[in-house]
Amino acid sequence: MSAVSLPWPKQLSHRPLWVAVIWLALLAAPYWMPLAGGYTALGTRVLVFGLAAMSLNFLLGFTGVLSFGHAAYFGLGAYGTGLVLKFLAPSTPLALVLGMLLGGVAGALLGALIVRRRGVYFAMVTIAFGQVFYYIAFRWHSVTGGDDGLRGFHRQPVDLGFATIDIVNNTIAFYYFVLGCFAVAVGVMAFLLRSPFGRTLLAIRENERRARYLGIPIEQHIWLAFVVSCLFMALAGGLDALLNNFADPHEIHYSRSGDLVIMAVMGGMRSFWGPLLGAAIFVVLEDYVSSLTQNWMSFIGLLFVVVVLLFPRGFLGFLQQERKV
Amino acid sequence: MSSLVILNVANGVVTGAFFVLMALGLSLILNLSGIINFAHGGFLALGGYIAFALSKYVGFLGALLLAPFLAAILGLAIEWTLIRRLYGRDPLYSLLLTFGLAFIFQDGTRYLWGAQGLPMAIPAFLAQPISDSLFFVTRYRLFNLAIVALIVALLFVLLRHTRFGIRIRAGTLDLETVAALGVNVRLLRSFNFGVGILLAGLGGVLAAGQFRLDPTMGDDYLMPSFIAIIVGGVGSLGGTVLGGLLIGIATGVTTVYLPSASEAVMYVMMAVVLLIRPRGLFGEEGMMS
Repeated sequence: MSAVSLPWPKQLSHRPLWVAVIWLALLAAPYWMPLAGGYTALGTRVLVFGLAAMSLNFLLGFTGVLSFGHAAYFGLGAYGTGLVLKFLAPSTPLALVLGMLLGGVAGALLGALIVRRRGVYFAMVTIAFGQVFYYIAFRWHSVTGGDDGLRGFHRQPVDLGFATIDIVNNTIAFYYFVLGCFAVAVGVMAFLLRSPFGRTLLAIRENERRARYLGIPIEQHIWLAFVVSCLFMALAGGLDALLNNFADPHEIHYSRSGDLVIMAVMGGMRSFWGPLLGAAIFVVLEDYVSSLTQNWMSFIGLLFVVVVLLFPRGFLGFLQQERKV
Repeated sequence: MSSLVILNVANGVVTGAFFVLMALGLSLILNLSGIINFAHGGFLALGGYIAFALSKYVGFLGALLLAPFLAAILGLAIEWTLIRRLYGRDPLYSLLLTFGLAFIFQDGTRYLWGAQGLPMAIPAFLAQPISDSLFFVTRYRLFNLAIVALIVALLFVLLRHTRFGIRIRAGTLDLETVAALGVNVRLLRSFNFGVGILLAGLGGVLAAGQFRLDPTMGDDYLMPSFIAIIVGGVGSLGGTVLGGLLIGIATGVTTVYLPSASEAVMYVMMAVVLLIRPRGLFGEEGMMS
């Protein structure tokens, strides 16, 4: 994973102007998206999958391990959130937190089994373990709804004590609720990446052997990065369940894990914000192309091939390279 | 009771034989080129569909002979045009490329032959049961087993006693040295890839005869094959064969006693192996890291 000879673009997150532009665009999205032919729920979906792709990239781009089973933790978050709302308590924040914990705990347990694997073998083991949750969701019909997915729950108004936000009927309010969760999660990940812990992850990515000789406990670091990544992935899944009032078993299938990886790679996995761009492109294309043709799968397959052959460093990496030349 | 167990073990061996064919092909490609071919299931389905199209003209047995080679030729074309560019690059890219190919394959077969499952006619003498007392076991299952056993034996002879085979085994251990000794590594990798796809195509024809054709049929074999490779030990083809059979038997037996756990049992096996013996049953130390 470490042998990267080409120069990577400078981190966008180090340019305050760009970061301000991104946040302004996200904050104003419900107002400019309709002008560009979008709608609020599509913007919310971009945020959800942007958060998912950025969480995955915490591992993929910044720790340098190849996780291909992350749809599982997205699904655990979605089902966890849905089940809490359906059976336990009608509280949106509680459901989100418990959904996150479900994904985090599963990630912590499985992560302990796989941290010693590297490269393709890490990918193989993560994808195989991820499929376990697909089969559970698919088979445990009485609890999960099986192939039909989990239905029968609804997101609840958020009570802040002094005010209640109606995220149930007001889609714009729900967009800002998701944006708030997104901001907290992204903020925590950015903070972690700038901390000594995050710098150590970069050191592991660049040269694992050297990091090991420096006395860094590699396995613990990768395990922790895995757990952090799974936690925020589960948060994204929980938000997705709230968005649709539905948890879909097909979102756990390993092919969805591939979609998440391509979002991160397409946007640019060496930049902090790249995966958000990749997710936005993917989600908007999915929305547009699947309304035009039945053969969405061929289209997405071609997208994979084109990205790998022409834009291996993602669009952000490509743009940066063009500017230098 | 005991005859029921024996029957399910036998059934499991037949299922395991499909896992073995698929996993051996994946394992060959993984060992020599460091690529996990996600499109392997797509090649399997394609082999089945090609046989379906051919069987109208040459019959089932003719299709069984021809279809795997046609699938392998397509595999070689894809290796030459796309996969070859990714050797030696970050494994992420070959994973993504073959992932995309798998999507295209699945959509393509659905477009050409429809999403509905298609039945594949097998010769009448194979469709009969073995005997009156074993009326639920068709001769076709035995035929499957015999073919798989023959092919696996041939593959091991090829690897052990031919120049190409020895080079493939040497390349698995140290490709750089093999290249330095003047072996055409590009050709070796292509040949090896072709053999892997040939096995997948053959598995597709046999599976089509036993179950039916379906654009997603390869998907059912992909995860068990991954697990067969991990359980058997990465780098060991003998381990892959054993892993495939073990998973087949375990799945067959659980289907009877605890049907809802029949898919879960192989994941439990993988977890146990990773805990107790991380390199797999026959894996070399360090091959998996």
